[in-house]
Amino acid sequence: MTLLSILGVLSSAIFSGTSLLYTTLGEVIDERAGIVNLGLEGVLLVSASSGFAVTYLSGNPYLGILVSILAGGLMNMILGYLVISRKANQLASGLALMFFGFGLSALIGKPYVGEKIHSLTRYLLPGTAGLPLLYTSLFKFDILIYLVIPVAFLVWWLLFRTRWGLGLRAVGENADTAYASGRNPRSIRYQALFVGGMLVGLGAAHLSIAYAMNWTEYMTAGRGFIAVALVIFSKWHPLRAIVGALIFSGAVAFQLLLQTSGVQVSPFLLDTIPYLLTLVVLIAWGGNRKHSAPASLGRVYQGSE
Amino acid sequence: MSKIAETLTRFPVFRQKALQTAVRYLLMILFAFLLFGVILLISGKDPLQSYKDIFSSTLGSAYGFSEVIVAMIPMLITALAVALPSRVGLINVGGEGQLYIGAAFATFGALTFSSLPGWLLLPLMVLLGMLGGALWAFIPGYLKSIGLVNETITSLLLNSVAPKIIGFLIFGFWHSPMDTVKTANFGAAARLPTFFGTRIHLGLVFGLVLLVVFWLVMKYTRWGLEMRAIGSNPQAARRNGIPLSKYLVIVMCVGGAIAGLAGMAQVSGFYGMLLLNFSMSLGFMGFMICWLAGGEPIGIVLMSFVVAVITTGGNLLQLTRDLPYAVINILLAFTLFVVLARPTFFKGTKS
Amino acid sequence: MPSRIVSTTIPKSIVSMRGITKSFPGVLANDRLDLDLYASEIHALLGENGAGKSTLMKILYGFYRCDSGEILFNGDPIVIHSPHDARLHQIGMVFQDFSLIPALSVAENIALFLPKLPAVLNVNKLNQRILEVSKRYDLQVNPRALVGQLSIGEQQKVEILKLLLAEARLLILDEPTRVLAPHEAEALFKVLDNLRADGYAIVLITHKMKEVLACADRITVLRGGHLAGTILRSEASEDRLVGLMFDKKLAALQVDRRHAITGPDVPLLELRGAETRAEGLTTSLKDINLKVHPGEIVGIAGVSGNGQKELGDLALGMIKCVRGMKILFGKDSTNLSIQQIRRSGVGFIPENPLTMAIAPFMTVLQNMALTRTWRYARAGGLRMDWKGVKDDAERTMQALEFSFPLYVPARSLSGGNLQRMVIVREMTQEPRLIIASYLTRGLDVQSTIAARQALIRARDNGAGILLISEDLEELFSLSDRLIVLYAGTIVGSFKPEETNVFEVGHLMTGSEVQYVENS
Repeated sequence: MTLLSILGVLSSAIFSGTSLLYTTLGEVIDERAGIVNLGLEGVLLVSASSGFAVTYLSGNPYLGILVSILAGGLMNMILGYLVISRKANQLASGLALMFFGFGLSALIGKPYVGEKIHSLTRYLLPGTAGLPLLYTSLFKFDILIYLVIPVAFLVWWLLFRTRWGLGLRAVGENADTAYASGRNPRSIRYQALFVGGMLVGLGAAHLSIAYAMNWTEYMTAGRGFIAVALVIFSKWHPLRAIVGALIFSGAVAFQLLLQTSGVQVSPFLLDTIPYLLTLVVLIAWGGNRKHSAPASLGRVYQGSE
Repeated sequence: MSKIAETLTRFPVFRQKALQTAVRYLLMILFAFLLFGVILLISGKDPLQSYKDIFSSTLGSAYGFSEVIVAMIPMLITALAVALPSRVGLINVGGEGQLYIGAAFATFGALTFSSLPGWLLLPLMVLLGMLGGALWAFIPGYLKSIGLVNETITSLLLNSVAPKIIGFLIFGFWHSPMDTVKTANFGAAARLPTFFGTRIHLGLVFGLVLLVVFWLVMKYTRWGLEMRAIGSNPQAARRNGIPLSKYLVIVMCVGGAIAGLAGMAQVSGFYGMLLLNFSMSLGFMGFMICWLAGGEPIGIVLMSFVVAVITTGGNLLQLTRDLPYAVINILLAFTLFVVLARPTFFKGTKS
Repeated sequence: MPSRIVSTTIPKSIVSMRGITKSFPGVLANDRLDLDLYASEIHALLGENGAGKSTLMKILYGFYRCDSGEILFNGDPIVIHSPHDARLHQIGMVFQDFSLIPALSVAENIALFLPKLPAVLNVNKLNQRILEVSKRYDLQVNPRALVGQLSIGEQQKVEILKLLLAEARLLILDEPTRVLAPHEAEALFKVLDNLRADGYAIVLITHKMKEVLACADRITVLRGGHLAGTILRSEASEDRLVGLMFDKKLAALQVDRRHAITGPDVPLLELRGAETRAEGLTTSLKDINLKVHPGEIVGIAGVSGNGQKELGDLALGMIKCVRGMKILFGKDSTNLSIQQIRRSGVGFIPENPLTMAIAPFMTVLQNMALTRTWRYARAGGLRMDWKGVKDDAERTMQALEFSFPLYVPARSLSGGNLQRMVIVREMTQEPRLIIASYLTRGLDVQSTIAARQALIRARDNGAGILLISEDLEELFSLSDRLIVLYAGTIVGSFKPEETNVFEVGHLMTGSEVQYVENS
């Protein structure tokens, strides 16, 4: 295991973790307002496919990113309509959204399977220019990667240092009290879903436009569900989500490292490591969860017995 | 929608509550089909012809109808796997994973004990399947009962782990000589018998029997009473001396066992082998069906049927209309959306 | 005692309510009520449970809308359609169950209700302001602390600060001392005194006569939705107020004090050095030594949150002690399950039947069976003997002279009937030990009397009772022995005739830490 391979894992983790982090940040916002979105998988797929399609058709990746962001916001609005205006069960609505996403993304993306696009330019990490070529190739990141950590801080600032964020968190804790303070919980939840959805769309954009640079059905491979788990892992805190996304993506990349080192472990089993890791961490942190989950989060997190 | 309901109530026969509900369901589904028709139009297909094809291929022929029943079987069982835990307030979204592990255990039985006669091997496989599903459900159930982690999240995580374990087993040990994504075909002794020359297998009987047993247990027995008490108010049930933790774990495991049975039924009755990723969201379908049916057995049968018609018809769309199979999910989703958007008409599961 | 400003001029009222009428289905809550509120005055709104005090103030605060009547602000009629409108007129209210968010900090909770909150929060400035105001009125609290970690008394301070920083000038406090110990209540009155001196108008909703006499300037008495009278403090006396509050003299609660216990002295329940570990916001019990004998009522006094709930749960088996022993009916029962404990003859009447004892969506009859499903199960559990359940329940209902429907969903019963239902269920078992937790909290007079009589009847039949209550009057009149619980430890144990309310009150708040052992 050389330095190069370790750095390779790191680079790989950063690449694949960026979309996960954006998605998680979006879901943090939603859940802080009290809504859990099991349909993230579907939202990601629709955003990814539409962003990819637009990029292919227009030749402009930035346009694709924009469309992807918008698609994410709109998909979440469907969830919002069901859960807020029609007061439907959040789990069932999320799963319905997931199925919808499966189908719609397949429809949108079908003509573009196997096509190539102009992707985002990749810039070298400042300060690494002096290193040998082998190393520098690992650290050429696109702008979305550079932006992801600042965006995480932005989300933190939004939630904890603005009036809007305070109201949002109040709604997620106790909508009645928020209402008593003169706020409109329904409107706030819609806003949260839209903003969160935009971030999810951004994550999807990175996946199909910047990272994989193609479109296949179900290409998100469970990222939506992982994000839901990561939100809990991060105790609904945007900055901790950075660590979580890195760990998870690192684990996935780690298996590639093991393979190249000649260690014979089934890739299937290695694939399970991130999930099991999340499970272990959830168990270890389980005792504190009662005090961390937004009190009125869906009907899912009812707390322990 | 309410206007129609209002006018209908002028006719005495429509005052019956049950009939009203049935009519509302029908209208909802029609509306969903309408919306999907719009999607078909947009993709350049003729919606009327498509629907005609779907219905004629499924309900229009005996074979088509039997195919619908075949598709219905696993959904029936996975829906029950959600309905039972919901009575004690547990949300079992782990049907996917329990299904897979149950299938894996059953496959182990089929491959290892292939020399046994059918009347010994099949019950063994049933037990193995249920054992596998129960084990997979034990983890979230136990963690929930000791108050550490919510069962929804653990189930979801384990859902993602299960298919990878299947992949490991197939690739590593069980794959057939010709193909690495599936095992060798099961021997005749390991296959559930089918009826009337169709592909409808014994799993249908399993499902219907379990549903009846479920209904009886909940309504008449002591355990049904205690479970309903837990579902109604867990803390009060505990104070009244009902062993809460025990019920949570046991009921979750039984739910898992049922889902595992669905897995066994699929690999033994339908496929005759263990195939990578064979589930295609069966567990989640079961969740949705249970939710649509309000956890009631009759509703589960009806909604499984409706969903089965949709998915079976969807196969045809892919073959003849050049649409990716995944598109049928849109119709399914529309049906769900429409039902979800009218919450006052439908009972939800106790979640 | 706080000093009083004697008004020599006739001040103009800040807020006047005229002819307020409000009815809910089945009850006329407010019947043409008039009320005048003045600056620099503490106005007590006195009356029994259900007299209409809360409703009237909720109308002022915009929570309800009156059916008829008007509200005047500085002489001009105004319209209040929501709490937001009320706050615009500088009216603030602290409810009995606080409207605080435990997961947010004190500052964030206050900020949530500030009328002019900037889009970007300046945390330091906010904390500064909070510290200033809290210092001025002796409402010290740490702005950065999470509300969930504060004591009830501190949370109330936050609620008041919320009003003050939102620039309210009329403060309405709904039963503020319900959750406070006597000395905390004294501190609150000092705060109100300071506020009054600064020109605030304060409305104090209460049913406690002594408080009213201690600090109010003006007293309005409501009775059954009507205005019984408005008098100045100088004209008020306990008798006069009682006369206004009730139409007839209140029958004193007659309880026969039982004679000294004769016969074998085996305690039904004994806790030896019991200790529990707290989780989160619960209280841990330390070194509990307690005995309950047959035919004895042991009363547990203390302010809510000092371990009473935990003590009841410990006796029931809901929580286990980490040290020490629990001996039930002479046998070590430290690790028994709740079911086993109940089977051995223990009954439990919790403080809130709806959330703690019954399955709301099941029928009353089905609920009756829940504590003893084993007894009514037939054919190994495949069937339930519902006739047996019905017969047993009806027998007990007759004996206790209770009556309520059996075939309706339990949640449709009123609070009083729910408690009756739980009592019937527990008594049917003929328990040897009864744990009654806040038996009569929130009940009307009739239900209270019925519940207490049921307990006494059980005691007379030889049962032992652990009575946990915050109502000192109830404890003093019913208990054979009185134990005081503070911060999870026993700080006093007396016969009621050997002590008085003030001594017990001081022990309840920990001001006298000597353990006075009497037997």
